[in-house]
Amino acid sequence: MESVGSIILYFIVALSMIVFSAMAVTTRKILRAATYLLFTLFAGAVVYFMLDYEFLGAVQIAVYAGGIVVLFVFAILLTSRPGDNSERLTSKSRVLGAVAAIATLVITGYALISRVSVALAPKPEMQALDMQQLGSTLMGTGDGQYLLPFEAVSVLLLACIIGGVVVARKR
Amino acid sequence: MEITAIYYLLPALIMFCCGVYGFITRKNMIAMLVSLELMLNAVDINFVVFNRFLYPEQTEGMFFTLFAIAIAAAETALAIAIIINIFRAVRNIDVRSLNEMKF
Repeated sequence: MESVGSIILYFIVALSMIVFSAMAVTTRKILRAATYLLFTLFAGAVVYFMLDYEFLGAVQIAVYAGGIVVLFVFAILLTSRPGDNSERLTSKSRVLGAVAAIATLVITGYALISRVSVALAPKPEMQALDMQQLGSTLMGTGDGQYLLPFEAVSVLLLACIIGGVVVARKR
Repeated sequence: MEITAIYYLLPALIMFCCGVYGFITRKNMIAMLVSLELMLNAVDINFVVFNRFLYPEQTEGMFFTLFAIAIAAAETALAIAIIINIFRAVRNIDVRSLNEMKF
């Protein structure tokens, strides 16, 4: 049984997630789409906090809101004039997009509903992951520990930095 | 009222469908990238929810999300570098005007 406050918080978060993600893909001003994406990402971070993954919520805010959305805004301001509207959608592309989206919704929703007994199980107790445990999981080589992916991501980020400089430099 | 897994999965599913819709209908490359981020974020939420509700004593879903966020950041940075490079060559970032591979 949840407290009234967490139920109210849940409804605010779920509603803002749905509304802002719908607005992000339908607004005609591209800068507003990036702003609505930011709100959706914040709602995702609140979901992580509500599920007791505080570190993940902090990472979501720092990396997505602090890094990726800023990058989006820079790129938008570099490539388009503020106040530009994207042109109106043709009905053909709108119908195509709606069909694909609704097909995804129906198929995945059917899979979800057919296994609804799993999805209706109550939230089990969990002791929150402390920082020491998290660090040793990221840095260990044993069973269920992630040193190799961690190093692979560091190499990937290095390659990404070099690639970004090479691709975007002036010739 | 008990908030169970499906209460988190349904908003994430709707978010994913919004991403699919936007990816197909948008013509601006940055707007397509925004839709892609929506889809990625919905999948991340699913990983965390299944981890929390079905296997709370394990941490696989959380770490998968952590790595997915890192890779999404790298992918976005590189994609935006490519988009800016295309903008220099073609002077716009409309996908329909990109019909040759080499400028």
